Amino acid sequence: MTTDLVAPEISGSTTTAGRGKRPRPPFGFSAIAIVAVLIALFSLLPLGYVVFMTGATGWDTAVALIFRARVGELLLNTVLLIAITVPLCLILGVGGAWLVERTKLRGRKFWAVLLAAPLAIPAFVNSYAWVSAVPSLEGLWSGVLIAALSYFPLVYIPAAATLSRLDPAIEQSAASLGLGAWRVFFRVVLPQLRIAMTGGALLVSLHLLAEYGAFAMIRFDTFTTAIMVQYRSTFNGTAGNMLASVLVFFCLILLLVEVRGRGSARYARVGSGAQARALRLPLHAYQLPAQLSLLALIALAFGLPLVFVLRWTVAGGAGIWAADEFLPALLQTLVYGLAGAVVTTAVAFPMAYLAVRHPSWFSKALELSNYVTSSMPGIVVGLAFVTVSIRLVPGVYQSAGVLIAAYVLLFLPRALVNIRSGLSQAPKELDEAAQALGKPPLQSFIRVTLRLTAPAAAGGAALVFLAIVNELTATLLLSPNGTRTLATEFWSKSSEIDYAGAAPYALLMILLSAPMTYLLFQQSKKVAGQ
Amino acid sequence: MKIRNNALAGIALAAALGLAACGSSATPPAATGSASGDAKPTGEITVYNAQHESLTKEWVDAFTAETGVKVTLRNGEDPEMAQQIIQEGQASPADVFLTENSPAMAQVENAGLFADVDKATTEQVPAEFRPSTNKWTGIAARSTVLAYDKTKLSEDKLPKSMLDLAKPEWKGKWGASPSGADFQAIVAALLELKGEAAAEEWLKAMKENAKDYKGNSAAMKAVNAGDVEAALIYHYYYFGDQAKTGENSKNVGQYYFKNQDPGAFLSVSGGGVLKSSKNAAAAQAFLKFITGKKGQEVLQQGTSFEYAIASDIPSNDKLVPIKDLQAPKVDPAKLNSEKVTELMNTAGLL
Repeated sequence: MTTDLVAPEISGSTTTAGRGKRPRPPFGFSAIAIVAVLIALFSLLPLGYVVFMTGATGWDTAVALIFRARVGELLLNTVLLIAITVPLCLILGVGGAWLVERTKLRGRKFWAVLLAAPLAIPAFVNSYAWVSAVPSLEGLWSGVLIAALSYFPLVYIPAAATLSRLDPAIEQSAASLGLGAWRVFFRVVLPQLRIAMTGGALLVSLHLLAEYGAFAMIRFDTFTTAIMVQYRSTFNGTAGNMLASVLVFFCLILLLVEVRGRGSARYARVGSGAQARALRLPLHAYQLPAQLSLLALIALAFGLPLVFVLRWTVAGGAGIWAADEFLPALLQTLVYGLAGAVVTTAVAFPMAYLAVRHPSWFSKALELSNYVTSSMPGIVVGLAFVTVSIRLVPGVYQSAGVLIAAYVLLFLPRALVNIRSGLSQAPKELDEAAQALGKPPLQSFIRVTLRLTAPAAAGGAALVFLAIVNELTATLLLSPNGTRTLATEFWSKSSEIDYAGAAPYALLMILLSAPMTYLLFQQSKKVAGQ
Repeated sequence: MKIRNNALAGIALAAALGLAACGSSATPPAATGSASGDAKPTGEITVYNAQHESLTKEWVDAFTAETGVKVTLRNGEDPEMAQQIIQEGQASPADVFLTENSPAMAQVENAGLFADVDKATTEQVPAEFRPSTNKWTGIAARSTVLAYDKTKLSEDKLPKSMLDLAKPEWKGKWGASPSGADFQAIVAALLELKGEAAAEEWLKAMKENAKDYKGNSAAMKAVNAGDVEAALIYHYYYFGDQAKTGENSKNVGQYYFKNQDPGAFLSVSGGGVLKSSKNAAAAQAFLKFITGKKGQEVLQQGTSFEYAIASDIPSNDKLVPIKDLQAPKVDPAKLNSEKVTELMNTAGLL
């Protein structure tokens, strides 16, 4: 599952090479390229696995397992889920963003942050809270409810970021030509949000495909929940692999749809001069309804889960804080989160470096390969790693390294997007100036470029950390013997209907996620301008 | 500061593992004891545990307290872990495998991966609770039960046989957890007792009639909440919930089919020692411990409410005694889980 809020719009800073003796880059292009290619190849492993397994199954068996009634049910469920949830998320996300960024909404600073807050609550915790509140929740509509409440911030964040940077001149021209506020919004503002909306819609869809816990809890079957059932019944049997191949096919289709939907129009301002501040629309009579709808949305998406997690925590009393259980889980989560974030950032660096300093079809292909991989649901990556490590590299089977490698693949784009934007703000010329002043290439790279990129890289690392803390499926499949994380522990307790026992883990996950979510929100404002 | 050091260690570890994660979960090779079972067990063992985690934890804590042997658990579901052990083969980190039901045991046994169980252990377990091959042993048992909503139904309204749940009048009225090993064991018993055609037909009807819950706890909770009128689960969920707050079982009654009906199936939970175990002595000692007096007393007095079956320890007195259950005679070694998965896939239940 990825939550990188910016799809890789492949950008490169073009710099003109000066004449005369060129300063040497700190590393040879080829060294970086080799590393990047290795990473890209490695990242295609899950995809290769699915293709290979489908091939190895044999045509007849594959057809029998793919074209059966059960797969039809799952297909219908999944398609309906996406078709209903994505538009809902778009309405909630864009509507919220517009209210916050473009109207004289009271308390908008406060609402701006609150609308991003539901991201701090993992979807499966949200589901757990809702099931506590309404025990009869089940099936498609419950799935839509929980998914929309959990994921609308994925649309809201990029939409708000884009809105805050739109050049109001176009809107003003439209208004001066006699269009009313509504028509300006639909004919001028909305088209400019196209990239944010398609990107956000893609992310929501990928999350819907990858989500396991939230839907398992409300008895709603999707491909991911069915693959998990197969895994529990057959470890990695053929039926599960075939479902995985259908799921992967689905993800690839979505990626293509998003690329088509994004279009190739330019939205950037051309010319000199500063951009005007957008005018905010007075709400007048709509102030109260706007406040109430936002209040209702946040109450359902953020308030309710928080209240129920706290309620269970209180109901459980002191007994649920069994230190010998939750301390190791907290510790292991932190260790995996930190290690995963560090490794992911280190791995993302060469790719980002190529993309920024040597932009070409080659670096684009590398980024794309990784982007495809990170769209793979955790369950598929988990299955691939289990199978490959058990059959080909038994030495690493069930090691912490394999789990961290899976995290790297799943969450690389988050680090990539950030490092790329950081690098492109650290011009090559500074590096060269340092060399001209007598520093060796490597030293000047470290002292200049690396230092300038560090804040962005740290931001990316934080996002990876957030993702790892809340990751469930790949962790369930790959964790070494005796490993517990907050997410897996929460899952095992809530599966036993020990809701009070699960509460501390839910609370800890929310507490760990909150600061990272705030950071994500802050960063989105910066990245949108790239 | 401890956390910080650990985190740093974690980062260093990850860095050392490098990108391709070269490195293995290096557990120090434990002292290899003789498999005779009279030596004092030492070192550590890894248990692949498909039993309820809380029960196994009770066993492990008591065993470690007595012997000092450190036990690492990996938790999962019966069939998943059986398959995992089979695919891991000789390289499996598992020393002991514990399940909730027999079919997964039979799978690993058929793959030839179990060592013989020590005689000292099998002597503690009555013959009807273990296979004649002595490749594994029963460690506990659970009875199939129809949990029903006593606010809506009385015992006379309940089906005489589990097979009656296929009838149209039960459409949409009962629930189960078909994805769980527990339910798959019941289907395996049905298959063994009534044959493939009958099992297939019953599963087809189930797809029409039953609601699919994720786990037996969830199925019982649904009965309690009035979502369905009955659920085909095992007996101990009710007692476990009653012993806690009772909030998920206050409207629930328990109905035993008896009469050697497939629905009266008594499922034997199993334990076995892997041939590939690097610490066979401790692994055998663990199996001997849980089937011994102390291990069975955990069943009798603990919070699991599963039936004690060995060392002459009576089960918890809240339970219907095993001898009154009139369970059908099923050879635990004959339960065929592959066929069950296949039939359930065909019926569209998985």
